[in-house]
Amino acid sequence: MNDKTELKERLRLLTVIREEALLRQRDIYPREEKVDTWPNLVVKELIALLIFTIVLVVWALVQDAPLEELANPGLTPREAKAPWYFVGLQELLVYFDPWMAGVVLPTVILVGLALVPYLDPDPIKGVGRYAIGKRKFAAFCFIFGFTMWFVLVVVGQYFRGPGWNFYLPWESLDSPKEVEVALTNFPLAAGIAFLACYYILGLGIPAVTFQNFFWRLGLIRYHITMILLMTMMLVPVKILLRQVFHIRYIVETPWFNI
Amino acid sequence: MNIFVQMWRSLFRTGVTDSPVHRVFRVVVNFILHLHPARVSKNGIKITYTFCLGGLSVLFFVMTALTGGLLMIYYTPDVDKAYANMLDLENVIPFGMFLRNLHRFAAHAMVISVSLHMLRVFLTASYKSPREFNWVIGVGLLLMTFLLSFTGYLLPWDQLSYWAVTVGTTMAENTPIVGTKGPFSVLGPEEDMRFILLGGTSIDQPTLIRFYFAHCIGLPGALVGLMALHFWRVRKAGGISRPL
Ligand code: HEM
Repeated sequence: MNDKTELKERLRLLTVIREEALLRQRDIYPREEKVDTWPNLVVKELIALLIFTIVLVVWALVQDAPLEELANPGLTPREAKAPWYFVGLQELLVYFDPWMAGVVLPTVILVGLALVPYLDPDPIKGVGRYAIGKRKFAAFCFIFGFTMWFVLVVVGQYFRGPGWNFYLPWESLDSPKEVEVALTNFPLAAGIAFLACYYILGLGIPAVTFQNFFWRLGLIRYHITMILLMTMMLVPVKILLRQVFHIRYIVETPWFNI
Repeated sequence: MNIFVQMWRSLFRTGVTDSPVHRVFRVVVNFILHLHPARVSKNGIKITYTFCLGGLSVLFFVMTALTGGLLMIYYTPDVDKAYANMLDLENVIPFGMFLRNLHRFAAHAMVISVSLHMLRVFLTASYKSPREFNWVIGVGLLLMTFLLSFTGYLLPWDQLSYWAVTVGTTMAENTPIVGTKGPFSVLGPEEDMRFILLGGTSIDQPTLIRFYFAHCIGLPGALVGLMALHFWRVRKAGGISRPL
C-alpha cells in the first residue's frame, strides 16, 4: 500500500473514532471491553444466517402450506380458526364478548407493552444481563402475560374442535360433545360490586402493604401499572369463574357485558 | 495481476490485507456491515445474550420479502383468479409450492423470533434509558409483524383464509362506539370499523384488494421504515445494552 492511501485510511479511521468518542460522552456507561466487529460479530451472524436458511429450506421442502377448497361464503366450515398467532384472542371469546377479547384487551396489551419503559421506576437495575431475581415484580408481570398468550394459543389451536368445544388432541372431532352446562350471571348490583371491589382492593391492598413500592412508583405510575396488571389478571379470574363456578358474565347490562 | 485475481479483488474496496485498520475499515465502508459499529462490546456479541433474535427477525423478514416478491409475479388479487393462482403455484409453476412454503414458514418464524426477541430485551432490562423509545418502536414492529401475517392470510382465497379473516373482522364489528355491533355503537353497518376494513359489508373483491395493498406495500413499507429507525436508535444508544 502506498503512503497516500495509507494516510487516507488513517484519516477515515480518525472520523470513526471521533464519532465513537462523541457517543461515549453522552453515554452513561463506563468504558467497556470491545472487540473488532470484523470478524468476531460478522462470523456469528453468517453462521446464524446459514443455519436458519437451511432449516427453513428443509422445512419448506418437507411440509406444504395448507390450501383448502375455494372460499365459499355460503359454507361455514366445521371449525373456523384464526391464524395460530391470533388463536389466543379467539380462545378469549369463550370468556369475553368480542368487544373485550378482540378490541379492548389487544389494545390494552399494546398500550401496556409500549408503556413498559416508562412504568419501570428503576433506571439501571438488571440492565445488560439476565438478572430477573433482581426485578421480581417486573419479570413476574411480563413472563406471566407472555406465557398466558402462548398457553391460550396452544389451547385454542390443539384443544378446540367443532363449536369451539374442548377436545383432546387425540380425540376424534366427529364425536359430538354434550351441550355445555348452564351458565349464570351475577345479578347486576353484585356484579358491579364485584368488579369495583376487584379493582379497588387490587389497587389498594398493595399500596398499603408495599408502601415502599407505592412511593417509588409515585401516584401516576402506580395506578397505571396496577390497572394494567389487574386487567391482565381479569383473564385468569374469568376463566376460573366460568370453569369452576359456571358464571358467564360478571356484569351484564343491555349495552355491554363483562 | 492475474485477471481472475483482479476480478476477485475488485469486489472488496478494502483489499485483502488484515490489520486493525483494515478490520475497522471493512465494516465502516461496507454497504450492509456499516449498520454495525466498527468495534462492538464483548458482552453484546455473546450468543447467550441476544440469541441472535433481532438479527434472525431481519433474516426472516428478508426471506419473506424475497419469496413474496416472486409470488407477486404469479398472483392476481382478483377473487376469480386468486385461488386458481394458488393451484398453479402448486401444480404448474416450477418451485411454486416451494416458494409458497418458504414464504409462509418464514412468516411463522418471524412471528416467533420477534416475540422471543421482545422477551430477551425485557429480561435483560434493555428497555431502560436511553433505550425507552426504541422499545416503543419495537412494539410498533411487533404490531406490523402480526398485521402482515394477518393480511397475508386472506390472499389464497380458500376456505381457511376466508373464515379466519371472518373471525378477525367480526371483532372489528364489535369495537365499542365505532363498530356497528359494539357497545354504545353510533355507526351503521355501512360506515363502521368493519366496513372500512372490508371495503364493504362482506369479505369480497374490495377486501382482497385492500388486504393485498396492505400486505405487499403498506405494511412492509411501514416495517422497513420502523426497522431503519430501530437500528439507528440501537447505534445511537451506544450499541447493545451491557451491564452497568
Ligand atoms: C421486526 C421486528 C424486529 C426486528 C427486525 C428487530 C431487530 C433488532 C436488532 C437487530 C437489534 C440488535 C440487538 C439484537 O439483535 O438483539 C434489536 C435491539 C432491540 N430491540 Fe428489536 N427488533 C424487532 C422488534 C422488537 C420488539 C418487538 C421490541 C420490543 C417491544 C424490540 C426492542 C428492542 C430494543 C429495546 C433493542 C435494544 C436492545 C439492547 O440494546 O440490548 N425490538 N432489535
